Amino acid sequence: MIATDLIGIESLERGDIELILETAERMQELGERQVKKVPTLRGRTIVNLFFEPSTRTRTSFEIAGKRLSADVINFSTSSSSLSKRESILDTARTLDAMQPDAVVVRHDVAGVPKRIADVLAAPVINAGDGAHEHPTQALLDLLTVKQEKGRIDGLTVTIVGDIVHSRVARSNIYGFLKMGAEVRVAGPPTMLPPAVETLGVKAFTSMREALEGADVVMALRIQLEREAGALFPSIREYAETFGLSRASLRFAKDDAIVMHPGPVNRGVELSHDLADHRPSVILDQVRNGVALRMAVLYLLAGRERAAEEEEAR
Amino acid sequence: MRDVSDEHPQPRATGDSTPAESHPANGANVVLDDVGIRRALTRIAHEIVERNEDLSRLYLVAVPNGGVPLARQLAENLRSIADEDVTIGILDTTLYRDDLVTRAERPRLRRTEMPSVVDERVVILVDDVASTGRTIRAAMDALMDFGRPRSVQVVALVDRGHRELPIRIDYVGKNIPTREEDLVLLEGEDGHLEGPLRVVVQPGGRKEETS
Repeated sequence: MIATDLIGIESLERGDIELILETAERMQELGERQVKKVPTLRGRTIVNLFFEPSTRTRTSFEIAGKRLSADVINFSTSSSSLSKRESILDTARTLDAMQPDAVVVRHDVAGVPKRIADVLAAPVINAGDGAHEHPTQALLDLLTVKQEKGRIDGLTVTIVGDIVHSRVARSNIYGFLKMGAEVRVAGPPTMLPPAVETLGVKAFTSMREALEGADVVMALRIQLEREAGALFPSIREYAETFGLSRASLRFAKDDAIVMHPGPVNRGVELSHDLADHRPSVILDQVRNGVALRMAVLYLLAGRERAAEEEEAR
Repeated sequence: MRDVSDEHPQPRATGDSTPAESHPANGANVVLDDVGIRRALTRIAHEIVERNEDLSRLYLVAVPNGGVPLARQLAENLRSIADEDVTIGILDTTLYRDDLVTRAERPRLRRTEMPSVVDERVVILVDDVASTGRTIRAAMDALMDFGRPRSVQVVALVDRGHRELPIRIDYVGKNIPTREEDLVLLEGEDGHLEGPLRVVVQPGGRKEETS
């Protein structure tokens, strides 16, 4: 790994992604043991700094850290009480004085993990920042696809949903493109970024065209509370047009897999039967998330910033 | 520790060996060629049979990468000598190393495949080059996470000395005196550990390598 932090997929080289995936594949073997803990990060401290509520991602990082024998501290706080930039950095500095070996940051404002990385000595891992990036989610998705399909290069991946507001979509677009896949995005026009094609993806408003020949179909979570009525007329209409079911899936390849970052709104992004059974691989994604985060912590936790990086700060 | 190198008294015991015996690239010396490796593994297989009454308990556990082809050869030898099918496992020791804290870069992980239970088995750890004993220490810790073996024995194709921990190698292919800064490697053709193998010493080579 070249960098000390994991802020986004955009700044990673293909070789970095390959190293992380390979390391995660080795970590998977640990999940099959009776004793799932190794002493690798014994005496190291990992802080989960979550300014936005999250159970799944935080738990996944927590299990990953604990399986490597690190001490994991959860520091959760609502972003409203920390909305001023100064106070975020104050929190970061306070944390830094406690000398953690890695800090996992989630915030609902894009760019906060980077800002925190700029003042912290410890490596920072972005666990999702606003609509910017969610790199470990994309990496676990890449790992899942690699294992299901045996490769990523040359596959066609269709991402369906609210592309414009989704950090999962953005990280996955960078990740799959870097690994040599063709990436398509699909959704109502209000959910597609205006110049999304400049990223190197193809945009569709027709599900049939978007799914034609796809190897991987990834549905994004719809924020029901926030989006219904604003970005599309009704949930029912969204589900009928862009919801995945066995019927709509027939346009994709016969062996296409279905992914979702969770939690699924059943009957909206995915039909009920798809949410629970193959070809959906949602629980594999969750399982791979632990191994993937172990890989990232193994590669980054406790690493010192390079001298030139230190000077640049 | 028994000094089994007496069985090959001359540094170049295999007078009939390959031309690579001399000095190949980058100043490395071949200290054990493919014929020598095969002979050593045949002898070690006999010693294993001699020292273990119940061969059905044996479990060969290779330390990757070098231990893997050696364990396969040992298993083959045990099959032909004693008609015993011995399970082979592969156990990466990287996550158990004691120097991860001090290294700038984290080493690449290698494969672990333990197809059989460890409990009540006589585990024979197989490594290519033994030196400080730290890899064997890590391998034993890793092994204990898989269960409670009846006993653990250690095979090393080459023992180069410089022990830093109280670790004993039970079966040594060849003792090779080295300087601490020398690099001792098991290698195959084109960087693959398949086909003919050899052990080389690169004088002073450890400075560049971090193994």
